[in-house]
Amino acid sequence: MAQQVSAKEPTVEQIAEQKIYKQFGVSDKEYELICDFMGRQPNYTEIGVFSVMWSEHCAYKNSKPLLKRFPITGPRVLMGPGEGAGIVDIGDNQAVVFKIESHNHPSAVEPYQGAATGVGGIIRDIFSMGARPVALLNSLRFGRLENERVRYLFEHVVSGIAGYGNCIGIPTVAGEIMFDEAYEGNPLVNAMCVGLIDHDKIQRGVAKGIGNPVFYVGPATGRDGIHGATFASEDLTAESEAKRSAVQVGDPFMEKLVMEATLELIDSGIVLGIQDMGAAGLTCSSAEMASKAGNGMELYLDEVPQREEGMTAYEMMLSESQERMLFVCEPQHEEQAKAIFARWGLHCAKVGKVSDDGRLKLFHKGELVGDMPVKALVDDCPIYEKPSAVPEYYLKNGSVDTNRYEQVLDLNDALLKVLGSPSLASKEWVYNQYDYMVRTETAVRPGSDAAVVTIRGTRKGLAMTTDCNGRYVYLDPEVGGRIAVAEAGRNIVCSGAEPLAITDNLNFGSPEKPEIFWQMEKAVDGMAEACRFLDTPVIGGNVSLYNENTRGAIYPTPVVGMVGLVHDVDHITTQEFKAEGDVIFLLGETKAEIGGSEFQYAVHGVTEGRPPELDLAVEKLLQQTVLGAIQDGLVASAHDLSEGGLAAALAEAGFGRGLGADVVFETNLRPDLALFSESQSRIVVTVKPEVEMKFALQVTKAGVPLQRLGTVGGDRLKVSVGGHDAIDASVAELRAAWSQAIPNHMSGKKA
Amino acid sequence: MKFAVLVFPGSNCDIDCYKAVEDTVGEQVDYVFHTATDLSAYDAILVPGGFSYGDYLRCGAIAQFAPVMAEVKKAAEEGKFILGICNGFQILTEAGLLPGALIRNNSLKFRCHQVGLTVENAKTGFTNDFAQGEVITIPIAHGEGSYYVDDETLAALKANDQIVFRYAGENPNGSVDNIAGVCNEAGNVVGMMPHPERAVKEILGSADGARMFTSVLNAWRERNGAASIR
Repeated sequence: MAQQVSAKEPTVEQIAEQKIYKQFGVSDKEYELICDFMGRQPNYTEIGVFSVMWSEHCAYKNSKPLLKRFPITGPRVLMGPGEGAGIVDIGDNQAVVFKIESHNHPSAVEPYQGAATGVGGIIRDIFSMGARPVALLNSLRFGRLENERVRYLFEHVVSGIAGYGNCIGIPTVAGEIMFDEAYEGNPLVNAMCVGLIDHDKIQRGVAKGIGNPVFYVGPATGRDGIHGATFASEDLTAESEAKRSAVQVGDPFMEKLVMEATLELIDSGIVLGIQDMGAAGLTCSSAEMASKAGNGMELYLDEVPQREEGMTAYEMMLSESQERMLFVCEPQHEEQAKAIFARWGLHCAKVGKVSDDGRLKLFHKGELVGDMPVKALVDDCPIYEKPSAVPEYYLKNGSVDTNRYEQVLDLNDALLKVLGSPSLASKEWVYNQYDYMVRTETAVRPGSDAAVVTIRGTRKGLAMTTDCNGRYVYLDPEVGGRIAVAEAGRNIVCSGAEPLAITDNLNFGSPEKPEIFWQMEKAVDGMAEACRFLDTPVIGGNVSLYNENTRGAIYPTPVVGMVGLVHDVDHITTQEFKAEGDVIFLLGETKAEIGGSEFQYAVHGVTEGRPPELDLAVEKLLQQTVLGAIQDGLVASAHDLSEGGLAAALAEAGFGRGLGADVVFETNLRPDLALFSESQSRIVVTVKPEVEMKFALQVTKAGVPLQRLGTVGGDRLKVSVGGHDAIDASVAELRAAWSQAIPNHMSGKKA
Repeated sequence: MKFAVLVFPGSNCDIDCYKAVEDTVGEQVDYVFHTATDLSAYDAILVPGGFSYGDYLRCGAIAQFAPVMAEVKKAAEEGKFILGICNGFQILTEAGLLPGALIRNNSLKFRCHQVGLTVENAKTGFTNDFAQGEVITIPIAHGEGSYYVDDETLAALKANDQIVFRYAGENPNGSVDNIAGVCNEAGNVVGMMPHPERAVKEILGSADGARMFTSVLNAWRERNGAASIR
């Protein structure tokens, strides 16, 4: 075959001799394997293609053995991991499609575009399945806001998410943000998209039918984002800044057009297979589509729309220019497809055809410039079972007794500190920049336990949330992993919905370090166990490794994105207290558990010890009982107890309508531990006085621990603990600390 | 009565306007593409929000050249009811159908939340179902919604009773004289930054916006006499 000769590109021999493949993250061993599969040494384009297909981002080579531990099936699961996004049946021939994905590395060097293109990418994953995107969520982690660079990253990540989501017209309805020095220099930006689809419209990324044409839609290919997938699969270093060109640039207007045209095309019924060009662009979409059909593909690169002059085959194959799609249809439908795209002002180019030889062949300027076995690209990347070792910090933490901290006596002050801690404080500054109402289906807005989006033409709704407490996972990955799933479920239940399934984004440090791999392994085990127990299978997700900076790894942060089904809009419940006189109940048991808590961090300034325990049987019973009571119409408000414990939950529930509460908490625990413990499987519920007895009876009968705390009323939060007055503060004062914390940091009032 | 909801490349509140018409007055409603050259079949034209042409130049600056806009101008002259919401308001000012311009919010950030609006003119085709001076709750969602006019034009707006809505509480964008919405001299063309189509039922947080749709149905019925009521 003809070799591509370019002044700039190394020759086949140079690649081998100078080990140029190493720059692309390909090891010596992997290079040898590639040579074996090829039956010869690869040229520059081919090694480039292999390197991205064999990156962690595309091949999951370090995480695959762990991902196999997740339960991925269930009676409602229509499509599990492997396609653009997973799909779950919600009845009436409808299904919900959702997935989460990270854009951590790009956001660390170019926060606006990094975050924006993260949103753009996940939206494409949803509409390429044939689904109409209906909501966006996110999960973000930053260092401390005292740091100027952190404020810069935070501000521009939020702008980037807003800029993309607002323009394309998909509401950003929920999210979570934590601030901790563990994320300094390596923020986490995870974006999730939820879509709706009719069963008969579900698409797959397959290149079906030998000889069928392959079409390229979307903007022309440029040199942006080359090697983005490889970049995302290595540690962030001082040189990362120089890799800014590996960050793509987003155009939400273009994606809006591509989305509308694609949905119209799919609606027409002529699409045989479709996939978006995400990580590793043309390379990944073409190879995966061919692989899934058991076919090959020929690409004619001269036909690829190009934004820049003189682009090489290597550059076109590795570009991650945004908003592009690849699809296959029968030849007689070419004109119909072109007409649909023309209506939206888009060009659709025939760039290849499906072949029967199982090879990905690239033609450029009349020559064959790349010829690789599809199977080797997609399926044959070596999978590594990394060594795992228990970290020293974990052993050390076993002997830390967090109950021996000196007793905090001023609990009003402690509550103000916890509420004013940016992780727990109001995120209004953030979500007011997001259009969370467009599409006019948002029934529960950002700020409650989970958002709810209604489904037009039905009485149903979708509840959705993202959740993970990296501190818990750091202190005990297995328990922390379990809690991430359980708490997401609790959020969904508190909003009146039945949990359906999860998508996960595994954000970890470098898997080359045995201690980090141990965190991954344990966290996955904990999550898998909880998913099995709570009947919420994993229908897709993303892995982001090498989240490290010069000071080490981030906290292990396996973010859970969960979607639940609201069976009737009348079940929709929010966390805010509704009316004076409503009776407040605490469901679940409170233990002295402040390891990894916001109280420990904000008041004692440390993160140590063990996180709260979680008994999955107890959790499941609690969730079923609360959901049952909500569906029976007994519940006025429900709020999951999480960061900040009972004290924070009571305060937060009062902020919505400025309502105070009179609470007597019977316990033998020390007041500071009792109020700020983050014991799991607890929910604060309020009910109308007239249903108090009925509710109490129902919960007690179910076997869930229940305590009547008091009533809603007045404009002060008064809490006595074990017979001692603990908190007495005006709701307005508490609300000010909570709502002003982030704006103050951002306007420089508090540095 | 027949409504048209215009669709420009990048419009994203078109579906919401369509649903609002269905849910509030239940009259006939069609999506009309930016390439259309005939609007004669329609009694009311809704220019929806979004990011037409990506708002990559000034907001609404490119949309004013779309073929359908010539028809919108004709319809305005004929006295048909035209409502521009958010990006639609920006398009109508760029097209010269309404006075003034929309510039960036003084916070320099996109803002999305409920606001209070005072109904300053309850006589237009889109506000006759409100009481003069009534305060209603409608959401905003914009980054460039600060209404600007020079002093001379402002005086004229006041003299002609062209200020339709003012922000009742905090002014979210720094607009001149707290203006949130205006109309043309004849009162048949209204533009506003807040989104009434997002406030048409309680589950969305407010149902106050519904009355803008019932208002225009009233106005149309009045104009056409009882005979044309279906």
